Amino acid sequence: MQRRQLLQAGSALGAVGLMSGCATIGGNGPKVVVIGAGYAGATAAKYLRMWSEGSVQVTLVEPNDSFISCPISNLVIGGSKTMADITTPYDNLVKRHGVQMVKDRVASIDAAKRIVKLAGGSELPYDRLIVSPGVDFMWESLPGMAKEGAKDKVLHAWKAGAQTLALRKQLEAMPDGGVFAMSIPLAPYRCPPGPYERACQVADYFSKAKPKSKVLILDANDDVTSKGPLFKKAWAERYKGIVEYRPKHNVVDVDAATNTAKFEFNDDIKASVLNVIPNMRAGDVAVNAGLATANKRWCEVDFLTFESKAAPHVHVLGDSIQIAPLMPKSGHMANQHGKACAAAVIALLTGKQVNPLPIYNNTCYSFVSAEDVVHVSSVHRYDADKKTMLTVAGSGGVSSAANELEGRYAMAWARNIWADTLA
Amino acid sequence: MKIQHGLTMLALIASAGLAQAQDAAQVRSWAAACANCHGTDGRAQPGMEALAGANKDDIVKKMLDFKAGRKPATIMHQLAKGYSDEQITAIAGYFAAQKK
Repeated sequence: MQRRQLLQAGSALGAVGLMSGCATIGGNGPKVVVIGAGYAGATAAKYLRMWSEGSVQVTLVEPNDSFISCPISNLVIGGSKTMADITTPYDNLVKRHGVQMVKDRVASIDAAKRIVKLAGGSELPYDRLIVSPGVDFMWESLPGMAKEGAKDKVLHAWKAGAQTLALRKQLEAMPDGGVFAMSIPLAPYRCPPGPYERACQVADYFSKAKPKSKVLILDANDDVTSKGPLFKKAWAERYKGIVEYRPKHNVVDVDAATNTAKFEFNDDIKASVLNVIPNMRAGDVAVNAGLATANKRWCEVDFLTFESKAAPHVHVLGDSIQIAPLMPKSGHMANQHGKACAAAVIALLTGKQVNPLPIYNNTCYSFVSAEDVVHVSSVHRYDADKKTMLTVAGSGGVSSAANELEGRYAMAWARNIWADTLA
Repeated sequence: MKIQHGLTMLALIASAGLAQAQDAAQVRSWAAACANCHGTDGRAQPGMEALAGANKDDIVKKMLDFKAGRKPATIMHQLAKGYSDEQITAIAGYFAAQKK
């Protein structure tokens, strides 16, 4: 029995070796450690393995059990999708691509010795490190949120996961005639159109289930930051009498006990369900490692390689970076960063020339109802003189109107980007 | 003279080969930017047009029609305008060479 089990284990290992194209377990290839398996990190890990034909060893550090997508998560809050719809396991990165996944948190990065130290105590040496921890919140700008229990009551639901479902449950429990108030931080923040899509999703739910209820959008910005005319049209026509938009409302504190938001210049607002999306900065891992060189908030990178301007051999991707002009902090863009960086890291590790002209695009779909969608698109190309990514003149644009065809394309986009990132 | 000429030729061939290899990696990177919607290497998930193994000339024609506004679209007319005709031709060649 024992012998047979051993043999089976042996053949399973052999199969893994064959599938990944080489015997990386204990191999001698260059080592890349990737921190964070979101849209940027998971994509970088997969493409590093694929494009190096298995010759680069990739270790991906991620504390979560599975990938939960922020894009489409507003539909869970609206009630037309479930958590299962936005959740994908990490199995294929391991089985198909030979990525070594480590379920742990990062304690610290020693950039001089090129070692990542994990909370669990182990150390991962690297030739190149990719840091893609997404965003963390600037809680210091909302003192009341430090009170016990405040963060469990006033939710952000801006990292898809437990809070997504918890916010849905708060809306379900809210009596008809209640007010859902959502605050939006000053740009830049993760997913510019995301809050406005969320307002539409909650309004769609209210219009069907709780028609006397209101959605109050409290935006710190001067105006809607993305797809403005399209969202305003949806609020004025589809959700007339339900959605109210108030610009220049910058939340400076929260009293979670009474669901009250306090502002810089405006009167306090009390809500039945209060959803505060706090100010954001690069993820803790990046900030603690000294990589957030722009206002101690975002990480500056070389856009040919995504190498940090603060630490050699360290690359930063996704929502943590100091963005190029008109480059959104989006899942789609993070996936593009992952591929551009994977190609550059392989070139650097093998002494080849890095692609001098990266070109990639962004497409972002927002659901204004459970079916109808509006998009914004852009194409970004490296400018050698300005040393940054710039949008190509004449490219990109928005939908002419919300439509159901793009609703189907949006779900096809989700299936494809999830597969491109994880399968 | 002859030997030197031969060596120069060899160096030229070698550098041309290198340039070609680098271009191939560049085109692969450009094409990978399409994968978010059209699937890794153009092998699409249901609901989106697959590009892997498609006819190169067909892809080029469609993209140029999008770019010129001759072919109606929701989004591709906006994205096609971000690429030169040469870049479109190179990317189409990459997808045409992929297994379906």
